[in-house]
Amino acid sequence: MLFKKKVSKFKEALVERLLFCCSLLSVLTTAGIIYVLLSESIGFFKEVSLFKFLTDTQWTPLFVDKHFGILSLLCGTIVTTVIAIAVAVPLGLISAVYLSEYASQKSRVIIKPILEILAAVPTVVYGYFALLFVTPLLRKLIPGLPGFNALSAGLVMGIMIIPLVSSLSEDAMHAVPTGLREGAYALGSHKIQVAFKIVFPAALSGISAAVILAMSRAIGETMIVAIAAGQQPRLTLNPLVPIETITAYIVQVSLGDTPHGTLEYRTIFVCGMTLFLLTFFLNVISFKLRRRFQEVYE
Amino acid sequence: MNKKQFDKKVDASFSTVGLMATFFGLIVLAVLVIDVFMDGYKRLSWDFFMNYPSRKPEQAGILSAWVGTLWIMVTTALLAIPLGVGSGIYLEEYARRNRWTDFIEINIANLAGVPSVIYGILGLGLFVRMMHLDRSVLAGGLILALLVLPVIILSTREALRSVPHSIREASYALGATKWQTVRFQVLPAGFGSILTGIILAMSRAIGETAPLITIGALTYIPFLPSPPVSFSKDLPFVNVTLKGFFEPFTVLPIQIFNWVSRPQKGFLINAAAGIIVLLAITLAMNGFAIYLRYKNQKRW
Repeated sequence: MLFKKKVSKFKEALVERLLFCCSLLSVLTTAGIIYVLLSESIGFFKEVSLFKFLTDTQWTPLFVDKHFGILSLLCGTIVTTVIAIAVAVPLGLISAVYLSEYASQKSRVIIKPILEILAAVPTVVYGYFALLFVTPLLRKLIPGLPGFNALSAGLVMGIMIIPLVSSLSEDAMHAVPTGLREGAYALGSHKIQVAFKIVFPAALSGISAAVILAMSRAIGETMIVAIAAGQQPRLTLNPLVPIETITAYIVQVSLGDTPHGTLEYRTIFVCGMTLFLLTFFLNVISFKLRRRFQEVYE
Repeated sequence: MNKKQFDKKVDASFSTVGLMATFFGLIVLAVLVIDVFMDGYKRLSWDFFMNYPSRKPEQAGILSAWVGTLWIMVTTALLAIPLGVGSGIYLEEYARRNRWTDFIEINIANLAGVPSVIYGILGLGLFVRMMHLDRSVLAGGLILALLVLPVIILSTREALRSVPHSIREASYALGATKWQTVRFQVLPAGFGSILTGIILAMSRAIGETAPLITIGALTYIPFLPSPPVSFSKDLPFVNVTLKGFFEPFTVLPIQIFNWVSRPQKGFLINAAAGIIVLLAITLAMNGFAIYLRYKNQKRW
């Protein structure tokens, strides 16, 4: 009996240890990402100065005349992200207000998961759609638009992240206590006033968190821009020309057989580092904002 | 028109605008599906599934791609499900509220937001170079497992959180230990929701392209990984081998990407046909997950 108890105690402790190790893996993953990115980036910056990296206006690591100016890639990323946000935020927020304040509980439960299917479509499919459907359509409206351009990729990316914006914002609006709404109604407000003057401001931190997370998602999106936006890094904010984003560059280099240990190989990691820092920064802000709205109303 | 009527109009029109905004994305999705279907349905045939990639578009098929996808999915599932669910159980049932747990939580939330291509870079540096797994099924599976881990952890936690405390307490009252309580009461009660999370995670992994391109998963693979079980006429009749996990692979989305980036029209048709297959799988998995979630909406 005593022995059995001891065995069971041992088993309990063992299980707890094992489960703990599982959760440790996520910390190790982060550590692994940082280690891999840092170690190769350091090798890169031994050959290219950080100043050059941040100020050079050209990015041509695969040419004979090598330039390593991240700004050209960053411009591509910014252009596509801004377009995507310009599509996703208005549509996502209107849809969130509608779902939270206007739609019935029943239709909300049905519509929300269906919307999330948009986010589940593989990005390579969106890439195909941007290149072979949206771009030809845009070319009818904008004569002279090149086959690869930031606009089409950005628009499709925006559609992809609508559910992210609407779902998280809707959660935030839904968490606003009914008492606030009832107070406003009692003062004679209309539904639309309640929605935009009471619920919207009250949920603002959650909504901002959603928008920032959407930005982070757009910055990190790879396949759509790799397929539809082109492979020409350039320092421009013009959405009507072929560009290259940080992510698309990573894909481009990976497709070629770049020898391990060369400077070109290391550019993958430097780009990865830039991407990681950008998205990490945005994710942390978003996480903090989300926590805040949870604290206020829960 | 007085102010009251005007406000009513505004209300009604917003309700229409909102409905339109909500459905805009879905309409686009419908257009996408129809467009892809029109482009590619003619290429869908038995041969398309049974042929290796080829330089001639009419003869090219997705055999190595779908078999590779299957391999990668099994590998990913074997790695990610136990680790993710285990981690979720630990954080929800065992972990004490302290700074360390807080740190792990922030860490997981952040990992969920790391762009997938970064996981590819991690895999390139860690699995392909340092562990010398090369461009193998195992390397690909490991990357995708790490990628979907946060999704599984978060959904496991959510599932366990919704199991009421009274169930745990009743189990303790009957003399069950902590693990017995978790294993026989809490996990079965949350199983449906956990399964939903796992299916969604796997459907995400199926569509991932960028991280596998980063480790250099090849597009032209005119062979399949060695099957884990093969039969022969001689003793011992059944051969079991893990060799397949260490062999190169390609997956459906990479094959599609390869075809999309070629100029010939024939390959674009192949890409569309491949997309129909990929979309069918993803939408079916998502549909099933939605159905499961709907069915499992238990009110305690």
